[in-house]
Amino acid sequence: MRDALLTTDVIRTDVVADDRTDAVRAAGDLLVTAGVCVPGYVQAMVDALDQLGPYCVIAPGVALPHATPDDGVLRTGMSLVTLREPVVFGHATNDPVRLVVALAPQDKQAHLAALQDLASRLGDPGAVDRLAAAPTPQAVLDLLAD
Amino acid sequence: MRIATVCGMGFGTSMMLKLTVDKILREAGVDAEVSPVDLGSVKTMPADLIVAPADMRSHLGGSTVPVVYIDNLVNKAEIAEKVVPAVREVAGES
Repeated sequence: MRDALLTTDVIRTDVVADDRTDAVRAAGDLLVTAGVCVPGYVQAMVDALDQLGPYCVIAPGVALPHATPDDGVLRTGMSLVTLREPVVFGHATNDPVRLVVALAPQDKQAHLAALQDLASRLGDPGAVDRLAAAPTPQAVLDLLAD
Repeated sequence: MRIATVCGMGFGTSMMLKLTVDKILREAGVDAEVSPVDLGSVKTMPADLIVAPADMRSHLGGSTVPVVYIDNLVNKAEIAEKVVPAVREVAGES
């Protein structure tokens, strides 16, 4: 299930981002290119960050920005970018961010298995470090498939 | 027992929390209904316990329902350590 959502065309490594908005846009733009959502959805993710705060930094080094289906999701999808330099999102304990996984859910169900899979992978000790250091999108996928 | 897992949107982090809390409660042998909700709905939704990402503290501070804050949503151990005692305490009171 996870493999169906994360493919090399929605993964980018070593991305340059000046701030959290840049970082979220980088991940969001991959979703737009892949036909997962409309550009407005990316703006909605940025707005959510500004309005609700960085609660989406769910674990040390990992941000999971997302908005709602109504914000412009065309089909459930995920993208992943690793940042060249860590970016501060403003979270009290989990900053700075090195991995941004953008999520576009079309409903409350379709992305659950992928999300759960990702969560369990990220929970492995050292996983975030390894993913952040992965040299290519394929290397990222290989790490997630382990 | 009704537990609400909260995030800003009700789609991503609240769902992740729900999945983990479900698993933890199953393993602990506790029966509870866990529902993911967004911040707007949690205030009107009846729940005995709320589980939320730590960063939501500023939004949930005024809650009359006990709230458990989680720093690392992918750390099952942290969630178990915080949620199980909170559930037992709420169950003990009712």
